[in-house]
Amino acid sequence: MTIMLEWITQYPLLTAVIALLLMGAVFGAILGFAAVKFKTEGNPIADQINELLPQTQCGQCGFPGCRPYSQAIADGESINKCPPGGESTIQALADLLDMEIIPLDDEHGEEKTKTVAYIHEDQCIGCTKCIQACPVDAILGAAKQMHTVIISECTGCDLCVEPCPVDCIDMLPLEETLQSWHWALPNPVSRSVEIIASDANNKHGKAA
Amino acid sequence: MRKIFDFHGGIHPPENKQQSVAGAIELAGIPAQLTLPLSQHIGAAASPLVVLGERVLKGQLIAQAKGFVSVPLHAPTSGVVSALENRLIAHPSGFTAPCIVIDTDGEDEWIDHAGTEDFESLQPAELVNHIRQAGIAGMGGAGFPCAVKLSVKPDTKITTLILNGTECEPYITADDALMRERAELIVRGASILNHILKTNEVLIGIEDNKPEGITTLKTAAEGSNIEVVAFPTKYPSGGEKQLIEILTGKQVPSGGLPSDLGIVCQNVGTAVAIANAIDRGEPLISRITTVTGEAVNTPKNFEVLLGTPMAFLLQRAGYQSKKNKRLIMGGPMMGFTTPDANVPIVKTTNCILAPTENELPTPPPAQACIRCGLCAEACPASLLPQQLFWFSQGKEFEKLEAHNLFDCIECGACSWVCPSNIPLVQYYRNSKAEIIQTRQENQTSEQSRTRFEAREQRLIKQVKEREEKRAARKKAAEERAKQAADGDGEDPIQAAIERAKAKKAAQENA
Amino acid sequence: MLADYSILLIGAILVNNFVLVQFLGLCPFMGVSNKLETAMGMSMATTFVLTLASACSYLTYTFILQPLGLEYLRTISFILVIAVVVQFTEMVVRKSSPLLHRVLGVYLPLITTNCAVLGVALLNINKSHNFLQSLFYGFGAALGFSLVLVLFAAMRERLTVADVPAPFQGAAIGMVTAGLMSLAFMGFAGLV
Repeated sequence: MTIMLEWITQYPLLTAVIALLLMGAVFGAILGFAAVKFKTEGNPIADQINELLPQTQCGQCGFPGCRPYSQAIADGESINKCPPGGESTIQALADLLDMEIIPLDDEHGEEKTKTVAYIHEDQCIGCTKCIQACPVDAILGAAKQMHTVIISECTGCDLCVEPCPVDCIDMLPLEETLQSWHWALPNPVSRSVEIIASDANNKHGKAA
Repeated sequence: MRKIFDFHGGIHPPENKQQSVAGAIELAGIPAQLTLPLSQHIGAAASPLVVLGERVLKGQLIAQAKGFVSVPLHAPTSGVVSALENRLIAHPSGFTAPCIVIDTDGEDEWIDHAGTEDFESLQPAELVNHIRQAGIAGMGGAGFPCAVKLSVKPDTKITTLILNGTECEPYITADDALMRERAELIVRGASILNHILKTNEVLIGIEDNKPEGITTLKTAAEGSNIEVVAFPTKYPSGGEKQLIEILTGKQVPSGGLPSDLGIVCQNVGTAVAIANAIDRGEPLISRITTVTGEAVNTPKNFEVLLGTPMAFLLQRAGYQSKKNKRLIMGGPMMGFTTPDANVPIVKTTNCILAPTENELPTPPPAQACIRCGLCAEACPASLLPQQLFWFSQGKEFEKLEAHNLFDCIECGACSWVCPSNIPLVQYYRNSKAEIIQTRQENQTSEQSRTRFEAREQRLIKQVKEREEKRAARKKAAEERAKQAADGDGEDPIQAAIERAKAKKAAQENA
Repeated sequence: MLADYSILLIGAILVNNFVLVQFLGLCPFMGVSNKLETAMGMSMATTFVLTLASACSYLTYTFILQPLGLEYLRTISFILVIAVVVQFTEMVVRKSSPLLHRVLGVYLPLITTNCAVLGVALLNINKSHNFLQSLFYGFGAALGFSLVLVLFAAMRERLTVADVPAPFQGAAIGMVTAGLMSLAFMGFAGLV
């Protein structure tokens, strides 16, 4: 013990360096052990992101499906590339990941009303090309038999329109019905309301 | 004296009921055409049983209930079915809906019908079935199928039956008129309901602004176990949950039903319909509707056939269209402006209001919220309307649900007290619809995802099977080649070719 | 004895609140307070780091630096200790809640440079606290930080949907709110 104290008083700088190095080594060992013990597998955030995407599997975001895009977002891709999801999806993603809400990226498409595919049956030749293209198996049919779209399963991704050799598939908008109607949000409060009583007589409606 | 309680909040708008309750209920008569929407209730629309050109009799079943939560429809008078198509209905959207249109023949011929002599001899399930077959839905305004409400689960014990005679909304006096003139029918309906539910107590709740109604009901209920309870007037005491709190002091749990507390609530008009259905076998084909407002010369209550165009009724009451800017179906608090005067009266139409501009002025434009908190003081459901407003504007749907948006009964008390004239209820209706729509979209996208993943699996399986087949074929070919090389020298294919040659040669020779 | 420790705690949480009175740790205070859930996650992480770092730095000082006469190395060794604790915390957070890890983003490793953490470690030495006092002081500082962070996040959430005039939206009204909160907390002066 006394030898150590003597040595310390003789070489203070060396002691300091050795002490720091030793501390660093010990802490590094602790961290290394912790890194092994607390290893994470997979990427669970991608699952949570995938649940928020509309699952049209249309590829408009530039990725081959919704799951690849969700994995890309987990790795840092921007959240504004999904036109079928539109603003509500961007808002939900921003809420989940605590990011800023950015407007939809125009080069990937604009947000349109929901459409569903419609096959003109008098022109259909039964080639099954659209059936193979549909990512959710929403087209009913077989080779040389009539093809038709199951509306309740169609996500409107329009991947079936291109493969059709006779161009008999149209994307038709889903109309609003009595069941889908709901009250609209009232107009936002206008700030140009007269607050001063004398302005109430002013027919132009603007405060002086 | 029964102890009565009070609920949080509430407002006292001017009642304006005395105008329409002076005279007796008048029969509206038979209009030239009746338009009967297939959906006059909550639940699935009824499906039509009649065809074009068919003659129907009064009380005949013309559309049957579809599914459990549904209600059948009957012809209110005799006539010929002239159309089965979409017609304009009383809905704020202005959309049309499928209707059965009957051209009346003025004869008012009843179909053969009979009631039950002694309802007490019937089982509750049979009575509930009669009520369902009679097409009875809640007539207080919501239109919930009566038979579904009475079909409580076997393990639920109903201890209290409450009849709602409150009619808290200004201008409306339909239930008041019923209580004054047909109190015995109400009491009869209550007894039938009590027999079905086997409760411990039956209460009829009325506001104290209907003194004649209270007296006649008390007289009619003498000798029975039905208790008529009067309580101070306040809007919206007539809401089911508020009435339960006033009469029993208990609160229906958030997101729950009155049956969770062992209570069933029915409107007095529904009770009268039940009495008619059981005693006389008469289905629901007419109702009492108040026509009032300063643009009407003689405001009064009418007994009107379902499907009667509003214009017909307005004409009977002396409507002055020049004085009136907008026609309201319902009361000033919870009613909506109808797009057209030709929409039909349905099972839930309790009032037609035709105000002049002075009487019910168009609301001024909304101003900024000043956070005064009057809305929270007025809310009968003890919610925080101000917070709901901010979240609704900012579309924060999670927060809205956390603040119990779905417990809002849309009574309009908060909008009424707001000093900035903010149409609060419209915000809540929009947010509720958006939340429900988002839930549905999530369900749909979940299903799409499942289908997509199933398809991926199927494609992978297909590819794998093809690979396996190819490998098996290749292996078989290798086996054959190996056999031919080191076996007994016999190549089975070669042997087969030779056999075929020999056979052919034999055929040629023969 | 209990009174002393209670006074120490109340002092650290309210009277000399590290964020609003001593103005340390403002970076995560403004950066992570956009959403309440994120703020709660961050405050739990910081509590864990502060308490552990406070204890570890005391031990390092007492059993390594002081015997070797290397008290002048305390700043750099405390930073070393804090960095290790933060790395460890980051691993734990990533394991237990990858979403929180993603949402906290860069602010989690930035706890290393949070002047409140280093400040607590150094103040413990300046005030010659013993081990238990150091622990309580660190824990109290963390509680005070968490309290203020959660309150501020709740207010900022309300502010995002409120009628704030355009020039004030965002960080500006946040700063004004923080200033008003600071005024309020300074009212605790003289409590202990």
